[in-house]
Amino acid sequence: MTATAIAPDTIVGTARLGRWTHPGAWWLWSLLLAVTASRTTNPLFLILLICVLALVVHRRERPGGRTFTFFLRIAAVIVVIRVLAQMLLGGAWGDTVIATLPSITLPVWAAGLRLGGPVVLEVILAGFYDGLRLAAIILCIGAANALASPRRLLKSLPSALYEFGVSIVIALTFAPQLVHDIERVRTSRRLRGRATRGPRAFAGAALPVLHSALDQSIELAAAMDARGYGRMGTAHARERRFVVALIGVAVIAGAIGLFGLMAAQVPAVLSWSLAAGALGAAAGALVLASRHRNRTVYRPDPWGRSEWIVVASGALTLVISVLTTALSPLAMNPPTDPPTWPSLPIGALLALVSAGCVGYLSTSRPEETP
Amino acid sequence: MIEFDDVSFRYDAGTPWILRDVCLRIPEGEFTLVVGTTGSGKSTLLRAINGLVPHFTGGEFLGDVRVHGRSIRITPPRELADVVGYVPQDPMSGFVTDTVEEELAYAMEGLGVAPTTMRRRVEETLDLLGLDDVRVRPLVALSGGQRQRVAIGAAMASHPRVLILDEPTSALDPGAAEEVLASLQRIVHDLGVTAVIAEHRLERVVQYVDRVLVLEPGGVREGIPQVMMTDAPIAPPVVELGRLAGWNPLPLTIRDARREAEPLRRILVGRSSQRPHPPVGVRRATMDSVDAAYGRTPALRGVDIEVRGGQVLAVMGRNGAGKSTLLSLLAGMITPTTGHVQVDGVDPSRLEGPELVRHVGLVPQNPTDLLECATVADECRLSDRDARVLAGTTRALLALLAPDVRDDTHPRDLSAGQQVSLVLAIILASRPPLVVLDEPTRGLDYPTKSRLAEHLRDLASQGHAVVIATHDVELVAEVADTVLILADGEVVAHGPTSEVVTSSPMFAPQVTKIMSPGIWLTVADVESALAEERRA
Repeated sequence: MTATAIAPDTIVGTARLGRWTHPGAWWLWSLLLAVTASRTTNPLFLILLICVLALVVHRRERPGGRTFTFFLRIAAVIVVIRVLAQMLLGGAWGDTVIATLPSITLPVWAAGLRLGGPVVLEVILAGFYDGLRLAAIILCIGAANALASPRRLLKSLPSALYEFGVSIVIALTFAPQLVHDIERVRTSRRLRGRATRGPRAFAGAALPVLHSALDQSIELAAAMDARGYGRMGTAHARERRFVVALIGVAVIAGAIGLFGLMAAQVPAVLSWSLAAGALGAAAGALVLASRHRNRTVYRPDPWGRSEWIVVASGALTLVISVLTTALSPLAMNPPTDPPTWPSLPIGALLALVSAGCVGYLSTSRPEETP
Repeated sequence: MIEFDDVSFRYDAGTPWILRDVCLRIPEGEFTLVVGTTGSGKSTLLRAINGLVPHFTGGEFLGDVRVHGRSIRITPPRELADVVGYVPQDPMSGFVTDTVEEELAYAMEGLGVAPTTMRRRVEETLDLLGLDDVRVRPLVALSGGQRQRVAIGAAMASHPRVLILDEPTSALDPGAAEEVLASLQRIVHDLGVTAVIAEHRLERVVQYVDRVLVLEPGGVREGIPQVMMTDAPIAPPVVELGRLAGWNPLPLTIRDARREAEPLRRILVGRSSQRPHPPVGVRRATMDSVDAAYGRTPALRGVDIEVRGGQVLAVMGRNGAGKSTLLSLLAGMITPTTGHVQVDGVDPSRLEGPELVRHVGLVPQNPTDLLECATVADECRLSDRDARVLAGTTRALLALLAPDVRDDTHPRDLSAGQQVSLVLAIILASRPPLVVLDEPTRGLDYPTKSRLAEHLRDLASQGHAVVIATHDVELVAEVADTVLILADGEVVAHGPTSEVVTSSPMFAPQVTKIMSPGIWLTVADVESALAEERRA
């Protein structure tokens, strides 16, 4: 008798291990929320959306994630930069002048930009709303990163794309590792009686940090090679060359097709058929390459009720926000000229509730047995 | 199973050969230990077995290695992954996934093992290595011993015919090392795996292996352990005691040595290791009912210690018992949650820059973190400037510690022992009255280790207070006059070395175990006592 009849999770018992929600579900959820955020400039809605993201991350974060705070910092920097840029470079429309900065008008060859001048509330508000929107989009990606390990997402990737995926994952995990190393080297420098702050300290720490990062990458690559990463499988050289050629065709056709779709001069039929051809070639290459890769997956992440809930919550949020925008366009994109106090329509509230409910409805993180 | 045919290897034409005309055969099912001083090519030999040398390193490679009939000249490491499992020196650097289970399954996924088989093998490996409790835990949250066992499990779960291990116990406390080696022996015996292991701490492994390869500048010698150990350049204390007493055949285990040692114990009855009592010099550091924590995790609880000038204090305990925390407190890297830490009457965490180094110098676990220049000479000059001492001070200190270091070498190209020496020289340039070392003997061979031990004793005799955190019981026996044992953040033993170390088998050096009930710590002690006995 084979053991295939036994469902993977009954062997040890789901109750003890719990189960992570499929990383793909979290990424879909975050992307849907990112689309939602990109369609509105209502500051109340955006700030509450960020709060919802933080809440869900707090409740469902994978251990060792802790990247969300990092993304929060980036988001804050973005908002500040956006407002400052608007203050210095923005137009002079609007009537509510708060202050006047000394101004320089650049010559025409430098695009005739104006630096400084009157600081107008309307202009700053527009910059703030726009920065907030960008911050919310970035935080959606940050939330996905904290909720679903990119390494786990690798498991669901078609085996032909595996190597490609691994390089992306290593690139993604390199930055947090670097932050950790900088911290370590900085404390070490203190032991030597050297400065731990300022640009010179940074320059001094850079060399050891880069050295250790490089050493680690080489070690990791050696270990992966020794454990069979990138084995050739059963494909013959000719077939592999054919697959490579197919991928090349797909990339070129796809690029031309996309260009055609955006440029008006190219006939639409040609663009569409090129794009379709590119998709076909890519799919063919994937299928062919997968046939000869005998990679298997250990305890693949199942797609069940919790995953559907997560994806549905993201989709519902988007749908509600689209409807709300259609019903009250002014509320979701509040005008800044003249400045009005933004309001939150009931639909927006519903959308937020829909996005946040996954923090309570998705399967909870596995509790560790001591 | 493994055949080396006239293998020579060097990184570049013009550089010295690392391996030279190596010929050897390792038959199936043998447990082989590779021995040699630092830089003798142990790691290179191991990495040639699965083709990482030369496929990954490049360099000039002559001859051929065949594993299970496959030549590494034409087979890259990934295509040998089904035959050879490789455990790198630092397990953390080789981890590819996030959690224990996934790590164990990784190699099998790549080999295309059927999911149900894979599931069963992961379960078996978890049991074999005692990792069931931590199966879902992230790898970063594991202790050193657990990580090492995961690394071994990850290499063996796919059932390779050959297992290569590069210093698998160097970062482990004595208990965890025993655990790892016991699991390894179980694998070799139960599954008939051919295992090749490199290890500096021979006292831990030599009794388990079938065969010893000694790498020497002249070439490779091989044979059964009892024979090879009679004249190997490096040997564990049990062997050195055997050589001293002229026992034949040479005992390799404590059990065998105890049987032979009966007459020796009779001769030396009434004598014991003579250690000066902990000196009463100037008080250098105190910890006063100190608690410390990382976030909400407590790391130390109610620690009271006092270190005086001329004292060498060894801090021992399991991986994760709080040794490094205690050292960080002394060096002012962290502040206690309650209680007081004082070094020379000041709170070290308040000190900044050169002021700190004038009170306390810490050699961290990763000495390379401190090095930032491109040559040893630059590093020494920078250190002189930082410490505001006479130019050449650091270089002179380094010459004392490691005579053979050249000025134009890149600090990263130094051997592990030389790096520790360089960092120690940098720290000592400011002449801190308190010198703190975290695991200084990791990756050091016996000769380097004894030079370091000698130097630490010198420091103490000049009035410095020395604190070392270490797993190395033999080093403790050699240099420490006081031992502090930590368990779960609490002090469980604190007193003179001869009392603390002899009262617990886990932390007892080999000579103590062989010579008990007499109190003996090192072979040198026994030797001098024997000489006195003969004179009397």
